[in-house]
Amino acid sequence: MIDYHFDWSVIARNAGKLTDALLLGLGLAVVSLLIGSVIGLLAAYARVSGKAWLSAPVWAYVEFIRCTPLLLLIFFLYFGLPEFDVTFLDKTQSFVLSLSLYAGAYMCEVFRAGLASIPKQYVEAAKAIGLRPWQRQAYVILPVMFRITLPSIGNNLISLFKDTSLAAAIAVPELTFTARQINANTFRVMEVWLTVSALYLASAYLIAMMLRLLERRYASIR
Amino acid sequence: MTEPALLQARDVRKSFGQIEVLKGIDLTVSQGQVVSLIGASGSGKTTFLRCINLLEEHDGGEILLDGDPVGYIMAGERRKRLSETRISAQRARLGMVFQQFNLFPHLTAAANVMLGLTKVQGKSDAEARDIAQHWLGRVGLADRSGHYPYQLSGGQQQRVAIARAVAMQPRLLLFDEVTSALDPELVAEVLSVMQGLAESGMTMLLVSHEMLFVRDVSHHVVFLDQGKVAQAGPPSEVFDNPQSDRLRSFLGRFHGLFGRG
Repeated sequence: MIDYHFDWSVIARNAGKLTDALLLGLGLAVVSLLIGSVIGLLAAYARVSGKAWLSAPVWAYVEFIRCTPLLLLIFFLYFGLPEFDVTFLDKTQSFVLSLSLYAGAYMCEVFRAGLASIPKQYVEAAKAIGLRPWQRQAYVILPVMFRITLPSIGNNLISLFKDTSLAAAIAVPELTFTARQINANTFRVMEVWLTVSALYLASAYLIAMMLRLLERRYASIR
Repeated sequence: MTEPALLQARDVRKSFGQIEVLKGIDLTVSQGQVVSLIGASGSGKTTFLRCINLLEEHDGGEILLDGDPVGYIMAGERRKRLSETRISAQRARLGMVFQQFNLFPHLTAAANVMLGLTKVQGKSDAEARDIAQHWLGRVGLADRSGHYPYQLSGGQQQRVAIARAVAMQPRLLLFDEVTSALDPELVAEVLSVMQGLAESGMTMLLVSHEMLFVRDVSHHVVFLDQGKVAQAGPPSEVFDNPQSDRLRSFLGRFHGLFGRG
């Protein structure tokens, strides 16, 4: 740090690039959370179905994802799939697929726990008024589960947002990759990393605050 | 001339594993009657009630609702279990109020009442809202229709639950110890709603430990003991002329409210 003179003009000059990169990261996280939630919900139903041929493969999927590094999954899909002639995914799509599969495993566990924690009494009340099985799911079980699991869903969104930095490894122009590019061109390492860290921090914190509001909005379950 | 039996149970049996909880229950409820089940914990009252709307499935005997067997149809000599959809349709003809209220926590009082009206009975939102408002008014909660369950007291929640059940215009209303989870000072408001329903001619089957209320409101009282009907009859007979030691000692627990206890 001796003789390091801060020159923040590099940030101003690259503000547009950094903004785009930040928005891309946020978009990747949100899209992956959405796809992952669909995967996770289906997987959770498979897990609680009581049918081994459904729940065993899902169990294997969840444990595989949870016990291997995300970066390996990203490399595997990006460099590995083309070897099997799956070439229609560009690097961003490939990353979204990786992150969605990753999110799906975690969301499966969140939803499985959520489904298991729904008090039996609500289901019985739904039966008693004559709701059919899928109506009980749609109008009672899923809405209650969504409220119960909202804090966990929020935590996953924040994690996924931070994990988008791994997309730098396959040159997706999100925040971390963009920062490295600017560094390489300007050598203003401190300014860039400090700024990017602040952007990650502020965004994640903002997401957390918004989720807090959402939780309060849906706090009808005590 | 006897009134037609709305609900008829014959020799209903139910076991949980090795334990036989219901050992052959016979019971008839006619249109407009209030019938009460009393008995000690574990005597099978609640299990029997839950068999009627298929929250439990009986494994012997038969339960007929308006003449239709509940939970199955006869295919020749064999019983064939009904599909979930048909079972749901049977349940829609019955109302049930639970000990723990069981209001849907994510819905307001009005929405709790409306859910069955719109999704099961196919009524429009507007019509369902009117009906919900009407019944919430009848249970004294017209001004609470926008409240969520957690914003209501236990007594208020239970009254919403009653409104939810009765709004569906069920053939028969089942009450499963609906005041047992309430603070003592909230019991009266729920009982008075039930009294009003009984007076309006609603057919009701209740499990209750509120003996004074049971004696007041019932046309017929059934004392269950160890999974069997030990004594049944009009309240005056059951309460004032208990035929067995077990009924005498059961009634005696209620602080000598009845006769010499």
